[in-house]
Amino acid sequence: MASPAPKSPELSEKSKKYDRQLRLWGDHGQAALESARICLINATGLGTEILKSLVLPGVGSFTIIDGEKISEQDLGTNFFLDVDSIGKSRAEVATQLLLELNPDCQGDFVDENPQVLMANDPNFFQSFHMVISTNLPETTLIELSKTLWSLNIPLLACRSYGFIGSIRLQISEHTIIESHPDNTNPDLRLDKPWPSLIQYVDSIDLDSLEVKDHMHIPYLVILYKYLKLWQSQNNTQDLPKNYKEKQNLRELIRSGIRKDENGIPLSEENFEEAMKAVNFALIPTTVPSSVASILNDNACVNLTSKSEPFWILAKAVKDFVDNEGNGNLPLRGSLPDMTADTTRYIALQQLYRDQAGRDADVIYRRAQQLLHQLGQPSSAITEAQVKLFCRNASFIHVIRGTCIADEYDPRTSNARQISEALENGDGLLIYHVMLRGVDKFYTEHNTYPGEYDDQVEPDIVKLKSCISKLTAEWGCGVLSKDDYLHEICRYGGGELHAVSSFLGGCAAQEVIKILTRQYTPLHTYCLYMMYSLLISNTGVYAL
Amino acid sequence: MSEQKNGSSPGNMARKWNHLRKVLERPGPFCTSPSSEALSFLQTSCKVLIIGAGGLGCELLKDIALMGFNEIHVIDMDTIDLSNLNRQFLFRQKDIGSSKAEVAAKFINSRIPGVKVIPHFCKIQDYDSDFYQQFHIIVCGLDSIVARRWINGMLLSLLQYEEDGQVDQSTIIPMVDGGTEGFKGNARVILPGMTACIDCTLDLFPPQVTYPLCTIASTPRLPEHCIEYVKVIQWSKENPFDCPIDGDDPNHINWIYEKASERASQFNIVGVTYRLVQGVIKNIIPAVASTNAVIAATCATEVFKLATGCATSLNNYMVFNDVAGIYTYTYEAERKSNCLACGPANQPKYLDIESLDMKLSELIELLCQHPSYQMKSPGLTTMQDGRNRTLYMSTVRSIEEATRENLKRSLVELGLRDEGIVNVADSTTPNTLEITLRVTAKMAE
Repeated sequence: MASPAPKSPELSEKSKKYDRQLRLWGDHGQAALESARICLINATGLGTEILKSLVLPGVGSFTIIDGEKISEQDLGTNFFLDVDSIGKSRAEVATQLLLELNPDCQGDFVDENPQVLMANDPNFFQSFHMVISTNLPETTLIELSKTLWSLNIPLLACRSYGFIGSIRLQISEHTIIESHPDNTNPDLRLDKPWPSLIQYVDSIDLDSLEVKDHMHIPYLVILYKYLKLWQSQNNTQDLPKNYKEKQNLRELIRSGIRKDENGIPLSEENFEEAMKAVNFALIPTTVPSSVASILNDNACVNLTSKSEPFWILAKAVKDFVDNEGNGNLPLRGSLPDMTADTTRYIALQQLYRDQAGRDADVIYRRAQQLLHQLGQPSSAITEAQVKLFCRNASFIHVIRGTCIADEYDPRTSNARQISEALENGDGLLIYHVMLRGVDKFYTEHNTYPGEYDDQVEPDIVKLKSCISKLTAEWGCGVLSKDDYLHEICRYGGGELHAVSSFLGGCAAQEVIKILTRQYTPLHTYCLYMMYSLLISNTGVYAL
Repeated sequence: MSEQKNGSSPGNMARKWNHLRKVLERPGPFCTSPSSEALSFLQTSCKVLIIGAGGLGCELLKDIALMGFNEIHVIDMDTIDLSNLNRQFLFRQKDIGSSKAEVAAKFINSRIPGVKVIPHFCKIQDYDSDFYQQFHIIVCGLDSIVARRWINGMLLSLLQYEEDGQVDQSTIIPMVDGGTEGFKGNARVILPGMTACIDCTLDLFPPQVTYPLCTIASTPRLPEHCIEYVKVIQWSKENPFDCPIDGDDPNHINWIYEKASERASQFNIVGVTYRLVQGVIKNIIPAVASTNAVIAATCATEVFKLATGCATSLNNYMVFNDVAGIYTYTYEAERKSNCLACGPANQPKYLDIESLDMKLSELIELLCQHPSYQMKSPGLTTMQDGRNRTLYMSTVRSIEEATRENLKRSLVELGLRDEGIVNVADSTTPNTLEITLRVTAKMAE
């Protein structure tokens, strides 16, 4: 009968609760999330929606900074306030109601205006791993951006405005080992086989096999053998490059299918698979250009005693590529599934694992040498880390962002990008201009354009003048269409819950990507528009 | 609930919906029909049905209630499980085992005064057209293709046509549908009879992963093969608990985990973990709070736009993915002219078969595999000698037993002929399909 439960961490209550997400970022991603401290500035509808999608998956702790008292309007957009709370501290009530979502999460609040808090306690943010702001006026945002940039703490500045929204990530550098790309080609090295792989393939003589065995030879072996035959027939060392050459190889493989006594080809799935694999399994083994640029990055080439493990690992891989690897990255070591008998498949799989293990060993030794030279402890990089890095070597990713405050400084702003986008009629960056116009409007008038019903028409004119000042500053032409101004003034600074909920989900996931160092965050600005039909409602821009 | 909590009269909460009022009442270049009546329509007349009170459903309830709608029905047959709590935010530890629809409704009703959520703790198939007809818009947060197809078929069956063959617009109930998997999702707007329906785009759903029996039995290579072996072969042979597998029973999962591990080590296969066993046995789809929030919000926005005309609707299919950066893409899914669900009502439905020597079981298999039908467990009847004869039906035990023998019989033996009609009922549609069998000469290879 049932024996006692296996001693597995996967059986704990916590792992049952988080099961559906652990399948996405693993126990190590979860551990990173659970040890993270985050800060939210302004518990708007958007703010609490972001926190909701962080508290539920189990972020370690949050702190809300908000000096506002709860109004009736708040109740129309914010789910984490209740009807008895009008007039109370928005930070306090939101904290209480968000904490109900997950007993594993800690939370506290500061009932104070963020501007005042920053002035009184400039080091307040030091203890956080990440700060999220919603709907901040530009003066406060600029100041916050500078503070966090100097502290090297990532900031996600989010905004929900009528039917549009924006998310801006400010991060100086973010490195990712596990980017979990969607579609990848397997790393099979049929163009650069190592001795034990060649030996194994050569040990199989297709012609002498019984039919049953012939049908169960992994396609990899078939592909390699026929590739060699094709190469010798064509007097080349290269892989087939164009359609004709590939078709040629496919026909050659097809000719190897066994026939019955009447000369009719048998159905051999492994040969069919080999023919299909011509397209994706015979791509020349190279270092992808995105990885090459990381390996040649200054942070990789010139390590210092303060270098992060990512860069030391990258340097160890670079040294491997330049030496033992003969220009190749370490072998990934995984084999796709294919029709085969168990013994041969497992043997082949083992060959790939062993070779990957040997590559990782070399890199581990190199990494340890580097640590020694840099005066860092040898424990700074473990064998497990090296293996993870090697498995993902083709997919590593680095993001370097800019400081939000620089966008507001004419010397460092990205005026050209904006003016080009406007001239090219870019569908979405126009909303960035509109939101900047709204900021300027708010700075000048201390209200949002269209906030009051009787001011909509005059505000359109005022907003237009704000935007003209901006476009003049950026050196681009005046906006010809007034439609967008009308639309912006229609919103009157209003927040629609569904729009905030959309942005809240997106923003929370970006925070999780940063905290877990898995998956690739947006680089670095995202606009969303929900009122019209467009092929793309989302635009991502590097600002 | 206290007296004050119920108070949502314009007097004491006049400013609550100020944000909504602006986009509803003010004209604008992108606003299709500004109206001072829109908000009061949402609050007094409009009825929305949410199908599913899970990951998407919880979000949809919150979003739609905070977009000004007051009468919201929610239907879900499920009860709350511990693994729901990482995203289904209306549920707590103490609610485990209770009805999702009931707990969710109670939560929303107490958090947002004035909103009336009515729960239905049952299957969608338990209600007929009288129930579905009462709604202005139906929004789905489902994880089942069968249920989507069923409600799609229901809404299509409610359509009435003008004399010239055009759909009577007043009989259209728009359907907004969302779906998620991990960091990916989609949202779509369906105007039944007007735009692409669920069955028009059946090929958009990914096929279910299956492993050939011979691989599982004799040449396993992956940990999944070992788990499938225990599930498909070893369980029924050893019958360790005298019952079918229950994926929620830890004793069952443990047993499978142990047997699969044994088998894996026999074949030198590595990678059988408890989590993988659960995933394979329960066919678990990864899910996070954030993607559910995004997709539900997109659907709720579309419900809001459809109900008020304050902006143009999504036309008509959006995909979302935030694995790398944030990505959306919107396109117009096209109607299939011969769609079996929404094509012309009087179009004959054919099923091409090779010969009448085929067994009834093979005909049923064909209906399940056929790309346009993709049925689950079809029940078949036919008219013979002026009487309705049941050929096979698996859903009612006594009828199943009485008709089981027919499965082995050929269509000829059952009295069917070329151009003969079978009436087919299936869980994928509320309607019985009249299918004409057509014998086609086998194509030369």
